[in-house]
Amino acid sequence: MAGGSQRVFKARIKSTQSLKKMFRAQELIAASRIGKARAKTAAAAPYAQAITRAVSAVATHTDIDHPLTREVDGGKRAAVLVISSDRGMAGSYPASIVREAERLAQQLVAEGKEVLLYVAGRRAIAYYTFRGREVASSWVYGSERPTAEIAEEIGEALLEKFLAPEDEGGVSELHVVSTQFVNMVTQRPHVVRMLPLEVVEGVVEADEHEALPLYDFEPSPEDVLDALLPRYVQLRIYAALLDAAASELAARQRAMHTATDNAEDLIRTYTRLANQARQADITQEISEIVSGADALAGS
Amino acid sequence: MAELSVDLVSRDRKVWSGTATQVSAPSADGQIGILANHTPLLAVLRPGAIKVETASGPALEAQVTGGFVSVDNNLVTLVVDEISLV
Repeated sequence: MAGGSQRVFKARIKSTQSLKKMFRAQELIAASRIGKARAKTAAAAPYAQAITRAVSAVATHTDIDHPLTREVDGGKRAAVLVISSDRGMAGSYPASIVREAERLAQQLVAEGKEVLLYVAGRRAIAYYTFRGREVASSWVYGSERPTAEIAEEIGEALLEKFLAPEDEGGVSELHVVSTQFVNMVTQRPHVVRMLPLEVVEGVVEADEHEALPLYDFEPSPEDVLDALLPRYVQLRIYAALLDAAASELAARQRAMHTATDNAEDLIRTYTRLANQARQADITQEISEIVSGADALAGS
Repeated sequence: MAELSVDLVSRDRKVWSGTATQVSAPSADGQIGILANHTPLLAVLRPGAIKVETASGPALEAQVTGGFVSVDNNLVTLVVDEISLV
């Protein structure tokens, strides 16, 4: 009956309203956490600067090669680190990172390499386990607020794999798929080849006429590199995690904002329909009464 | 006398920054002391104690688990993995 449809619309409006409240809350939470994530990135900047400067000092003043910078020709195995999120509700964020990883994996397979997957974040882990794909190692780490410790853990696992000899399952290259935080509206999935390292950032080109200061390395340049380069890799991973966290939150904020808008639209539509149904009920009731009265008067 | 400008940073934050007259740190070969106009240096740190004699105020002492120190043109950068101030 007509009264029934009125009740259905009211129930719909009510449930959509409570959904809207949840979307709004998620949006606000994401918005407040972006600030924190960005502050963390800023706080890590001095360390990043110091390490980069030191690495480029070594690169400028010495000429030695290190296992971490050595190119391997014809390597058979490549590691791919996929940095994703723990939760959904972030629009296309988890999907696009996985798509980018798949594209890279296909490319590596086409080059004749075996791909080892290292996955961080519950969403990407779910993607691969659901498809029965083998994952070399995975981490669930609270993707919204990564810590330096987890970056260290990931870095250690990957460095160990990279430094292992090829016939013991070592890899010859490491790619990282993560999301770059461009600004609040743009986050771009991107791929970097992290290992072997190419130290190009901020290498100070020495002026021809300027005498280079003589650097003392303690205990030796090799040992200094041994200590520096793994830290550099961990730093890059930490930076990637932080960037991914900020991107995830920005994507979530935007997705939740759209969801809130959609909920409002739905509520508006259902309210109109409910009004229409009510009006129809009233009209019908009146016409029933009038026709009833007419029938009585006629008899 | 010239002073050292010191930055003490750990992985996730800047711990301290300012000027100092002397910095002492546990390098691989033993505790090294750095005074102004030290020759450029890049040294790996062992776990141990670092001490910064600040130009004004009390000395800063801390335990570190490792890291490295770079000295260049009176700019001392102490990069540490983990640090607990004493």
